[in-house]
Amino acid sequence: MTTAPPLVPYAEALERYEPAIGLETHVELGTVTKLFCGCPAQFGGEPNTHVCPVCLGLPGSLPVPSRAAIEFTIRIGLALNCSIAEWCRFARKNYFYPDMPKDFQISQYDEPLCTDGWLDVMVDEGDAEPQHVRVGIERVHLEEDTGKSMHVGGATGRIHGADYSLVDYNRAGIPLVEIVTKPITTAGAFAPAVARTYVAELREVVRSLGVSDVRMEEGSLRCDVNTSLAPRGSGVLGTRTETKNVNSLRSVERAVRSEIERQAAVLDAGGTVALETRHFHEDTGITTSGRSKEEAEDYRYFPEPDLVPLAPPREWVEQIRRSLPELPSVRRERLQAEWQLSDADMAALRNADAFDLVAGTVAAGASPAGARKWWLGELSRRANETGAELAGLAITPDQVARVAELVSSGALNDQLARQVIDGVLAGEGTPDEVVAARGLAVVSDDSALTAAVDEAITANPDVADKIRSGKVAAAGVLVGAVMKATRGQADAGKVRQLILEKLT
Amino acid sequence: MSELTTMTAADLSAALRSKDVSATEVTQAHLDRIAEVDGRVHAFLHVAAEEALAAAEQVDSRRAAGAELGPLAGVPVALKDVFTTIDMPTTAGSRILNQWRPPYDATITTRLRRAGAIILGKTNMDEFAMGSSTENSAFGPTRNPWDLSRVPGGSSGGSAASVAAYEAPLAIGTDTGGSIRQPAAVCGITGMKPTYGGNSRYGLIAFASSLDTPGPLARTVLDAALLQEAISGHDPMDATSIDEAAPPVVAAARQADVAGLRIGVVTELSGEGYQPGVLSRFSQAVELLESLGAKVTEVSCPHFRYALPAYYLIAPSECSSNLARFDAMRYGLRVGDDGTRSAEEVMSLTREAGFGAEVKRRIMLGTYALSSGYYEAYYGKAQQVRTLIARDFEAAFGQVDVLVSPTTPTTAFPLGERTDDPMAMYLADLCTIPSNLAGNAAISVPCGLAPEDGLPVGLQVMTPVLADDRAYRVAAAAEAAFTERWGHPLLASAKGLDGASGLDADDTKGAGR
Repeated sequence: MTTAPPLVPYAEALERYEPAIGLETHVELGTVTKLFCGCPAQFGGEPNTHVCPVCLGLPGSLPVPSRAAIEFTIRIGLALNCSIAEWCRFARKNYFYPDMPKDFQISQYDEPLCTDGWLDVMVDEGDAEPQHVRVGIERVHLEEDTGKSMHVGGATGRIHGADYSLVDYNRAGIPLVEIVTKPITTAGAFAPAVARTYVAELREVVRSLGVSDVRMEEGSLRCDVNTSLAPRGSGVLGTRTETKNVNSLRSVERAVRSEIERQAAVLDAGGTVALETRHFHEDTGITTSGRSKEEAEDYRYFPEPDLVPLAPPREWVEQIRRSLPELPSVRRERLQAEWQLSDADMAALRNADAFDLVAGTVAAGASPAGARKWWLGELSRRANETGAELAGLAITPDQVARVAELVSSGALNDQLARQVIDGVLAGEGTPDEVVAARGLAVVSDDSALTAAVDEAITANPDVADKIRSGKVAAAGVLVGAVMKATRGQADAGKVRQLILEKLT
Repeated sequence: MSELTTMTAADLSAALRSKDVSATEVTQAHLDRIAEVDGRVHAFLHVAAEEALAAAEQVDSRRAAGAELGPLAGVPVALKDVFTTIDMPTTAGSRILNQWRPPYDATITTRLRRAGAIILGKTNMDEFAMGSSTENSAFGPTRNPWDLSRVPGGSSGGSAASVAAYEAPLAIGTDTGGSIRQPAAVCGITGMKPTYGGNSRYGLIAFASSLDTPGPLARTVLDAALLQEAISGHDPMDATSIDEAAPPVVAAARQADVAGLRIGVVTELSGEGYQPGVLSRFSQAVELLESLGAKVTEVSCPHFRYALPAYYLIAPSECSSNLARFDAMRYGLRVGDDGTRSAEEVMSLTREAGFGAEVKRRIMLGTYALSSGYYEAYYGKAQQVRTLIARDFEAAFGQVDVLVSPTTPTTAFPLGERTDDPMAMYLADLCTIPSNLAGNAAISVPCGLAPEDGLPVGLQVMTPVLADDRAYRVAAAAEAAFTERWGHPLLASAKGLDGASGLDADDTKGAGR
């Protein structure tokens, strides 16, 4: 059981204290192999099937670094405006834990591969002016992931008190990049939003680089949040806590907020904030005390003697720099201008998580307006109905572009297009396959249409008379009848034209 | 004793090639010799008779089929029990591995098999290669074939003794601070520590990663070269392996010539603490090399005096981390897992029960040296010393082609004499440690018997990094001249095992003078 700590209301806490935050983000790289051996680096697999003597740390085994993992780390470093070390080393971090095969982790310590960069983020809280914040990047380094423990029995799900533990070493040795920010001291009340926006932007940057799938729910992006408070105007940094287990963007924001409220209560009561690790609880939104950092282990770091120093040649670094894709912020600005969207339109797109989908649809040939219409309209509605994420719908931007194309060419109308989308989402195939299978096509054969029009005129003599007498608006009734007769497959404009030709 | 067991590897190779003998006969002869004497020597922790005979049969049938085989095909070799072998237990001389059966072969093991060498079994060693007498083995000491009451040196004592006792013509050892050269010297055979990175460490259970170097032990310099050539060369599984062509050591051993070579005698590796007989045999060796046309000068390497303390910070530091994995979770010994204890308690109980005293001592030394607040003063300072020692070598090799010294300050000491005095034990590696710290090549070759105890003395020849061939060239020249002077190989003087009834051992005239 965890007891809820006393909290000070957020606004009140901010009146007396200035928060400082820092983020340590771990990104699992999407390399084909693990960092130091040839085992597959994919997520999952039957427990202990993606293992070999090296990632199991068997006696005698030795690590050999993956060039791809180093290149991916440099890509991240360059995208975050870091300097890339000309010479650096891996180091051993020594501590005993059953899920760490060698009882030390090969990491980097005082010689990280990338240092001293930044990431610009735009904090948009809706009710306030969007705020531009430059988040300093302290370092980006490469290390190996540990295995995964499952503690069975006991109340806490932790190793202490468990009946027994199972360890899966599939994850052991997967390359992990740690990205550490400098302290962010000027965010004030925006601190929780800055933390969330930073992680969101970082996730987009890393995804755009093609080096990780950055899925927080699968743990390929993990976040630790440092928070401290100092009395307003004191100009010092308070004692920080490190909150772990923050597994979603929303949680990042909530964890910072909750820590500000908790630490304010501690300080108000004349206490001191303990230097410690805290655990965030998704269900209650509060943090609880973990391991004290005061009595923290001494990791006895020293340079990894099984590896030679890492000295990425400058030509290679420059080659990587040249191969970097357009970064998300630059791309967003460019596309906003190209699509001629207002800031509000843009915000709507991003809030709906539709920006990349629309961009993909436009890239596949659709007009920006058409792409936005389908994703923000019909498809957003479907996602809402089923509780799915927009990107999780079983339709690709390419397919949406094809639907839009069929509509603009006149082969489909909007009503038919919705049926095509139904079919694609139901797994009936590509838009063209659905069109063929369901026999969906605008009736453009003039003789068939003419017959239907004649039939409608004969069946509605009084309406026909009205039109003949000049009441053109009455044509709608006949158009409706024709559309009904053709089960919606006629082009309504064409039908209207035929009717008017016949009666006027 | 069968004649087949006294032949050199080079002679066995020729006899096998000409089909005068079969690999099966050669292997059986050595297995018989092991059965005859190993009860007294205890060079082997595991004899793989069945596997060895199967491998020999395979070599014989391939040769009968006309296959082109390498020089070591059918030649037996003893393997230090620190290399993983898929078909034999691997213990590193420790209880904590609990007769572990590795699921993979070390690169050295693979290369031996590929060369057709017959692995007779796994040899005894100081636990995790920590020691200079093989008394730190968890499975009892090995004895020196020259005098069974004395140590064979260590940590590759089992490998050295197996070769000196004619149980194997060749053996693989590892040298972290002298663990090949020192036992070779005190057992009267040849042992080579190649350039660091010249031989793969993949599958070698680590003691100190930046120092561990696999290498050959043999009764002749040429034999050692044949073995080194079979195992050396770049290995993509070892990131510290040198990606360059291996030095041509067999050709160098055949060249056996020192005319015009500049030889430097290291001032700091003699004097106080050295046994008089060791110094006198060393001086004779230097004179001999001079008589063969070498130019001898004295060279000072002022930082060598700090080599031993630096080594005893760096090696324990690395070992404290390397040996952390022996935690009872995945393999090896597990103590106290009765359902009531935590994983941490089981780790602790297992390590308490599984490691010997010397291993624990070094883990504690290393843990201390790496601790926050002490790192700079100990580990950091030791690394600086290491750099200075490498610079001493560089400066020296600017003046001379090779450096020489005694391999060890004393001859083989009696069993038990130094087990309670770690400092005295550590001093056995005084002359060998500098080359481990600098990573250069060094060989030990017999240079006679100390007059006061009649035990073998080794001459150490040190060369620059990747100049392994030069070491073989000089050692082979000294060996040829000594053998001519003595009228027989030094080892023929050994009486400890076969006594008067064994080898013709009455003739110690040359070697002892």
